[in-house]
Amino acid sequence: MDGTRRALRIANGQGFWGDSVDAPIRLVEDGPLDYLTLDYLAEVTMSILQKQRRRDPRMGYATDFVDLIRRILPTLRAKGIRVVANAGGVNADACRKALVEVAREQGATGLRIGTVTGDDILDRLDELTASGVPFASLDDGRPFSVVRERVLSANVYISSFPGAEALRQRAHIVVSGRSTDPGLVLAPLIAEYGWGADAWDLLAAGTIAGHIVECGAQCTGGNFSRWWEVTGWDRLGYPIVEVERDGTFVVTKHEGTGGLVTVDTVGEQLVYEMGDPNRYITPDCVADFTSIRLEQEGPDRVRVRGIRGGPATDTYKVSISYLEGWKAVGQLTVSGPDAAEKARVCANAIWGRLERAGMVYEQTLTEMVGVDACHGPLTRASAAPGEIVLRVGVKDASREKVDRFGKELAPLVTTGPPGVTGFAGGRPKATEVLGYWPTLIPKRLVSPSVVVEEVR
Amino acid sequence: MKTLPLYAIAHARSGDKGDGSNVGVIAYDARAYRILSAWLTPERVKAHFGEIVRGPVERYDLPNLLGLNFILHDSLGGGGSASLKTDAQGKTHGMAMLRMTVEVPDDYDPPSVGTAGARRPGGEL
Repeated sequence: MDGTRRALRIANGQGFWGDSVDAPIRLVEDGPLDYLTLDYLAEVTMSILQKQRRRDPRMGYATDFVDLIRRILPTLRAKGIRVVANAGGVNADACRKALVEVAREQGATGLRIGTVTGDDILDRLDELTASGVPFASLDDGRPFSVVRERVLSANVYISSFPGAEALRQRAHIVVSGRSTDPGLVLAPLIAEYGWGADAWDLLAAGTIAGHIVECGAQCTGGNFSRWWEVTGWDRLGYPIVEVERDGTFVVTKHEGTGGLVTVDTVGEQLVYEMGDPNRYITPDCVADFTSIRLEQEGPDRVRVRGIRGGPATDTYKVSISYLEGWKAVGQLTVSGPDAAEKARVCANAIWGRLERAGMVYEQTLTEMVGVDACHGPLTRASAAPGEIVLRVGVKDASREKVDRFGKELAPLVTTGPPGVTGFAGGRPKATEVLGYWPTLIPKRLVSPSVVVEEVR
Repeated sequence: MKTLPLYAIAHARSGDKGDGSNVGVIAYDARAYRILSAWLTPERVKAHFGEIVRGPVERYDLPNLLGLNFILHDSLGGGGSASLKTDAQGKTHGMAMLRMTVEVPDDYDPPSVGTAGARRPGGEL
């Protein structure tokens, strides 16, 4: 290794919207970093953001991100750290405006904020359907007409190149809509190293680096099978990849933080949410997870090499959400003795009373937390807990029926076996069930656009 | 032949894939990987999970990581926001997998693992 070569240090400080609010702050404060990436979007998030934008055209993005930048902007500027985040949701332009305001408040003139848009095709669905895009379900091939009238959001997983373009235009902060999670890490690598659109092995390497860190601390000790080996849970280090120009990289974390980076913790994250490992399809390439080689290079340092990739497909994946119906879930706590038997009596009473009231549901659920909620038959026979949480729920197209279910829980406290309690928080109310409709669109029909604004 | 708990020879992680879950199982050494390649069939996995997995089970092999990746179709009661289940995303399916008992040759001894073995010292089974 020659002395002039220096790997890019790219961290992930947010695995999902709702992840630790302090993790990104610790990442920028506690050690050297070139890029901070933050993932805010899940499939269901997009429909929630669409709803917020309908209520207020200035909303529809991850507001937590703006609060975070307010806190860390001085450090970002002092240390020259750039940020790539998919915090734009369905309104990246509004997110940029909010960030510009924050920068002005802090006198951060010269700060450049970029946005990548074009992923949101909600308003183009009819036009695209008319031009021949079927939007049939990737899961089961059903025609789009089945859900068209109930669609709430529609977003294309766009490639990493527009984000890289914003960085090449010297953006310090890049905010995108529905880019892929691994693409947040790949974009800076494309920008800094000039990786080409057909450099499949390199694009696959950057994608896998992104995949490893995209769920935050899940590669640094979080969720690890041998959890008793992990120390410092209260100051768990979030992941950093040190990526070289040739696509090899090291997974690590800041010195002095808690957690664990080993071949085992990284290996577990590699198989997380994995489908066919031979063909991990992203907008940028098709990565081959069976080519990955892991090696412990030092304490909390795992080297990754050997990654192969293949040509990208000619379609983008589209994430469409739609209103599927209504659901409600409620719970009661049943104390012992004979907790399991009494909980069963309670459950049978609830379902029997609802049936007598003429309420039949599309789907019902009865779980005994403490007995079988997670592992079903694997734990049901041997469990003898001193108390149980009875958890019941329904799903149905009718909101009224779901609300009626919610009224059937509290009476059990006085009309069931003794020692039933824990009914707090009022009647469970019907909430929307969001369906998820994965589909494809030809790449030529999507044109992402890049805007970079300088704060004056 | 003798039996060992799966957690003595492998570790695991799980997450969601649409209305199903995936469970990645990683063997602790090359011999454990060979044993599991032959023994840990989709049929045995489906039988182990019982009513939790309503659809078929698929397996993909990652010999480079000593890994076997299982897709448990229709195992989440709808998946995502559509599911009523406590574990709507299959987060606990990896730990459920490790509760399996595996048949291994009599001369196979599991490797020493990590700093304190493959199971928490004094931990429950």
